[in-house]
Amino acid sequence: MEGISIQIVLTFTTILFFIGLYGFITRTNLIGILISLELMLNAEAVNFFVLNKYLFPGVLQGSVFSLFIIALAAAETALALAIIIQVYRMTGSVDVKEVKDLKH
Amino acid sequence: MSAFEYVIWIPLLPLLTFLLLGLFNRFFKEPVSGYVGTSAMAVAWFLSLKTAITYFFDAGLQNGKYMPVEVFKLEWIKFHSGLSIDMGIMLDPVSVMMLVVVTTISFMVHFYSLGYMHDDEGFSRFYAYLSLFSFSMLSLVLATNLFQIYIFWELVGVSSFLLIGYYFTKPSAIRAAKKAFIVTRFADFFFLIGILMIGYFVGTFDIETLNGSQTIQWILQNQFPVFLGLSVITWALILIFIGGAGKSAMFPLHIWLPDAMEGPTPVSALIHAATMVVAGVFLVARLFPLFFHIEGGFALRVVAVVGTFSALFAAVIALTQEDIKRVLAYSTMSQIGYMMMALGVSGFEGMEGLGFTAGMFHLFTHAMFKALLFLVAGVVIHAVHSNLMKDMGGLHRYMPVSSWTFLIAALAISGIPPLAGFYSKDVILEAAFHYSFIIWLTGFIVAGLTAFYMFRLYFRIFHHREKTYAHPPREESNYMKIPLIFLAVLTFTVGWLFTPFSKYVSPTREAFHYHIHWTDPLVWGSMLIALSGIVAAWIFYYKPTAYPDKIAKSLGVLYTWTKNKFYVDEAYLFVTKKIIFDKISKPAAWFDRNIVDGMMDAIGNTTVWISEKIKPIQSGRLQEYAIYFIYGVVILIMAFYYMNYKM
Repeated sequence: MEGISIQIVLTFTTILFFIGLYGFITRTNLIGILISLELMLNAEAVNFFVLNKYLFPGVLQGSVFSLFIIALAAAETALALAIIIQVYRMTGSVDVKEVKDLKH
Repeated sequence: MSAFEYVIWIPLLPLLTFLLLGLFNRFFKEPVSGYVGTSAMAVAWFLSLKTAITYFFDAGLQNGKYMPVEVFKLEWIKFHSGLSIDMGIMLDPVSVMMLVVVTTISFMVHFYSLGYMHDDEGFSRFYAYLSLFSFSMLSLVLATNLFQIYIFWELVGVSSFLLIGYYFTKPSAIRAAKKAFIVTRFADFFFLIGILMIGYFVGTFDIETLNGSQTIQWILQNQFPVFLGLSVITWALILIFIGGAGKSAMFPLHIWLPDAMEGPTPVSALIHAATMVVAGVFLVARLFPLFFHIEGGFALRVVAVVGTFSALFAAVIALTQEDIKRVLAYSTMSQIGYMMMALGVSGFEGMEGLGFTAGMFHLFTHAMFKALLFLVAGVVIHAVHSNLMKDMGGLHRYMPVSSWTFLIAALAISGIPPLAGFYSKDVILEAAFHYSFIIWLTGFIVAGLTAFYMFRLYFRIFHHREKTYAHPPREESNYMKIPLIFLAVLTFTVGWLFTPFSKYVSPTREAFHYHIHWTDPLVWGSMLIALSGIVAAWIFYYKPTAYPDKIAKSLGVLYTWTKNKFYVDEAYLFVTKKIIFDKISKPAAWFDRNIVDGMMDAIGNTTVWISEKIKPIQSGRLQEYAIYFIYGVVILIMAFYYMNYKM
């Protein structure tokens, strides 16, 4: 295998994942949380693809899962944005601290 | 033997009537339901008479012995080979005789009730219950299996409960019904244990097998566990007898019978005089070979003693009661005691079995005249609207038919020939005399007491004094008069017609002969004491006199005790309320409420408390959840790592 080594790619995705995690926990804006979530999902998608490519070059499952993750992420984002818009209409804000009623 | 296949219809007809009247109660208006019930009973009566005639004079007798006929038998629940609960029909002299008794009285009572229950709201309900009772009782007497007896035994108990509580708006009737049910149910519990013990140790419930000489030989040759010096088989028989004593109102389980008089009078005549209360006698007679042979007949001696004591006890109480139905109730108890005594003193083979025969004969004749007495009492109560003697007197003028039939029945129960009671009672006394002097003497005294209280009743209802009534009492309906006359004719005839009764019923089922020796001092002795009882009653009560009060005063405490039925009811109340309720039930209830329930409550309360404590975790803040999740994942990873790659 030529070019970038797997360690570099995995380090990159790990950093990306934890940036997403940190953002998910600390952001107060629902849109920001959603973006952080996307970061984590993308990190995982890359992980799947890379591990598949480097460790098991003969099979395609990892790549297919990456595609799944991308498709699901798109669907989930659309859904989450729809919910956020509804929350905004009801409470007039997109601050996550204001949205406690969803537990009921 | 297919000749008897129609016998199945004898219990089935009342059952069908019960279903018809019970399920479609509202579609049957007053006279129709009565006609349906009565005609079904009439058919059953004809069939029973046909059965009896065929059995006794034709099909039953083989080589001088009545063979039991098993008309059919279905295995219902099988435990293992030999031990099974069967449903079936068995004919033998005792059951055929019972068949005749039950259908005759039941038919008469159905007929009589057409008049007695006239214009009663629950007319159809009444007939439905009567049919249920007739069905259960007929199935009981035809049973092939101890368990079948037990099942129908409970069913007659239920129908008795329903009929005693027929006037369910009257609190006293409800109480009486409950009392009857609880007391007999309590006794039936022992009966059940007895049956189960027989099943466990002997290995069969089948009556014919149990009574067979092979089984008895087998029991006698084997050693059985011994409890308090008696073998378990004897205990089982005694327990079964306790069940019988409960139904037959033997001391000390008699307390329900006088209260059961709250039911309509025809019911008292049918259930609490002629049929259901003799079920105990029937039960002992059914298992008589076992009772007689096991351990030299110890259980049978218990029967004799209990019967004799009950006969005396009840006769003494009957002397002082004021309610006419209660006098009759105690008289019933006393006469059933007589029957038990007769079975108890009986031997087995040939002439030895005289007591058994006499007991069965007394059951037969007693059913006729006691039902008659009750039915007359019903007519009287109907006419004067009271149960108490003080509201009656001088009724002979207004109600001649009742008066004459009552006189016949009273003479019969006192034992005056040629009426039915004499022929059975005298033989009982003869059998008792050969067994034990004390039992004979008690029976002899009871005979005198019986004559006295019966004629006290007769004179105080129909003579005693002229009384003015608000509206003149009269015998209203022919429906009520015809059964009286019919039963009076039976009372007059069955005695000498069926003497010697041993031609039909005996312990071994082999006919033997006995004669009534008219010159024997025993015979005219018992006649004399009956006559003196009657004469005493005549002196005391024909016209109002001061004697009864004087004697009551001179007896003092004894009189008060008798008047209050020897405080047996109060003793029961004391035992149940003060001892069982206060000392056992209340602590048990406390234990249940505080310890058992407390444990359950503690579990519930702890759960609630914990959930209150952990509820704040569900804050609704999304990011907290994410943190918990991450902590969890971290901990799981660390644990996983630690377990697989020990550092």
